[in-house]
Amino acid sequence: MKVTRETIQHVADLARLNITEAEIDKLTFEMEDIISYVDKLNELDTKDVKPMEHVIPIQNVLREDRVTGSFDREKLLKSAPSQENGCYKVPKVVE
Amino acid sequence: MDYEIVMGLEIHAELSTKSKIYCGCSTEFGGEPNTHCCPICVGMPGVLPVLNKSVVEYAVKAGLAMDCNILQFSKQDRKNYFYPDLPKAYQVSQFDLPLCKGGYVEIETGGVRKKVGITRIHIEEDAGKLMHDEWETGTLVDYNRCGVPLIEIVSEPDMRSPEEAKAFVENVKSILEYLEVCDCKMQEGSLRADVNLSVRPVGSTAFGTRTEMKNLNSFRSILRSAENEARRQISEIEDGGRIIQETRRWDDTKGYSYAMRSKEEAHDYRYFPEPDLVPIVVDDEWLGRIRASLPELPAARRERYIREFNLPEYDAALLTSSKRLADFFEDAIKGSSNIKAVSNWIMGEMMRILKEKELEADAVPFPGHYLAQLVSLIDKGTISGTIARKVFEKMFESGKEPGLIVKEEGLEVVNDEGALSAIVRKILDTNPQSVADFKSGKEKAFGFLVGQAMREMKGKADPQTINKLLREELEN
Repeated sequence: MKVTRETIQHVADLARLNITEAEIDKLTFEMEDIISYVDKLNELDTKDVKPMEHVIPIQNVLREDRVTGSFDREKLLKSAPSQENGCYKVPKVVE
Repeated sequence: MDYEIVMGLEIHAELSTKSKIYCGCSTEFGGEPNTHCCPICVGMPGVLPVLNKSVVEYAVKAGLAMDCNILQFSKQDRKNYFYPDLPKAYQVSQFDLPLCKGGYVEIETGGVRKKVGITRIHIEEDAGKLMHDEWETGTLVDYNRCGVPLIEIVSEPDMRSPEEAKAFVENVKSILEYLEVCDCKMQEGSLRADVNLSVRPVGSTAFGTRTEMKNLNSFRSILRSAENEARRQISEIEDGGRIIQETRRWDDTKGYSYAMRSKEEAHDYRYFPEPDLVPIVVDDEWLGRIRASLPELPAARRERYIREFNLPEYDAALLTSSKRLADFFEDAIKGSSNIKAVSNWIMGEMMRILKEKELEADAVPFPGHYLAQLVSLIDKGTISGTIARKVFEKMFESGKEPGLIVKEEGLEVVNDEGALSAIVRKILDTNPQSVADFKSGKEKAFGFLVGQAMREMKGKADPQTINKLLREELEN
């Protein structure tokens, strides 16, 4: 499969990554390499194979609907780069 | 050219579980910012979410009530996007295997019933709340709502008018209330709708390009924004323009919508199976138990009211439109011999006062059987209809029994002929012109005199006695 420079730029934008022109060249090449490698799987006939929905073969790990309490706010906010009035503070986002 | 409107809705309903979808934090509305939070719901690395069992049950209930197929093998997926209301930078939702698929909700507008298809119902987590306005330097984030469970109900593009869309949301709301899976307080955002709308020439079968109006949280804004958007699209087309597929935001105070910046629209969510949460299997036994727990739903209750209480279809539909209202009605008619009168009081005075005070029926400060007592006071002739309305208002203020209010305020009808005769004579003396009119054959003057006497008695006289006394006086 052909990977274009535009695809790499788009994926980088979605992941909020700034990449240089040189990096785009390198990543385009590498990404194409990886996808070609995985493409080999397409040589197999998977018509009768059920899709794998999850890697772990277990189901229904559930909890009862009970309030078990919350965390101390000060402790939580300690991990925030910035806080104000009991809130997390982030660079201004405008809708 | 005549145009047809095509609408499809996505309704987000917050489930009324006690705890959040993946952690034991409270879902309670309000509360100091970030006090219903823990490392799981604020998205700290390395935590392990565990699905709340009630979330599955509530969503399946909603699916069954809307005649959906329940997918007995279902899974959760990550929907990736960056926005600070979502601390993990992804929302856990369901992509290709939602819990419920392919149902319908029946609506009625202008006397016509139709089915609106339900494409799917899936579970997901709600996001936090951003506060932009007052803080010049940044945006503040409160994650109390983050991780509150939601179901998203996606309809087929089956609606053809804003009224149909409103009726659809009303009926979904009513069903969710009956199921007690969502409190449906639209003003608190626990029920909100995204409206997809396009227009096409009447007779055309192809869909036009649609726009999506985000986050409408009142019936008024659903109606007005849809009317406004349909007009905008039609005039755009008439002017030779093209409709751009975009997301728009409705400003309810200013009454117009605007397009959100297209950069935010580059929706490429890159869904993939959520590795921290395993598949959900609803086996026959579990599904059977959920099915058995379903309450009587609005449509069934409406039919029962017509059958059991001989109520007109209009009354039955109105009373059963809200579970709280129907519950109040059923409480009120226990031991009442005049069901239709109770229904009239609820649909008339009570709805009027509730609307005025912007309250739901569960906020009525007195039990239903007080209303039955009020009706029986009228039927026995203890109070007049006019006085009853006053008593009813006082019941709303104080929550007191109607009999007590009547006694305390001395509102009983006066039947005493001696006392009423004096009033009647006084009225005749002060209205000689009306007396003369009546004697010259104007029957209308009689009604006027009755009215004057009733007013003199502040509505507390028995009108029949007044009638009788007046006639005696005038004809002698």
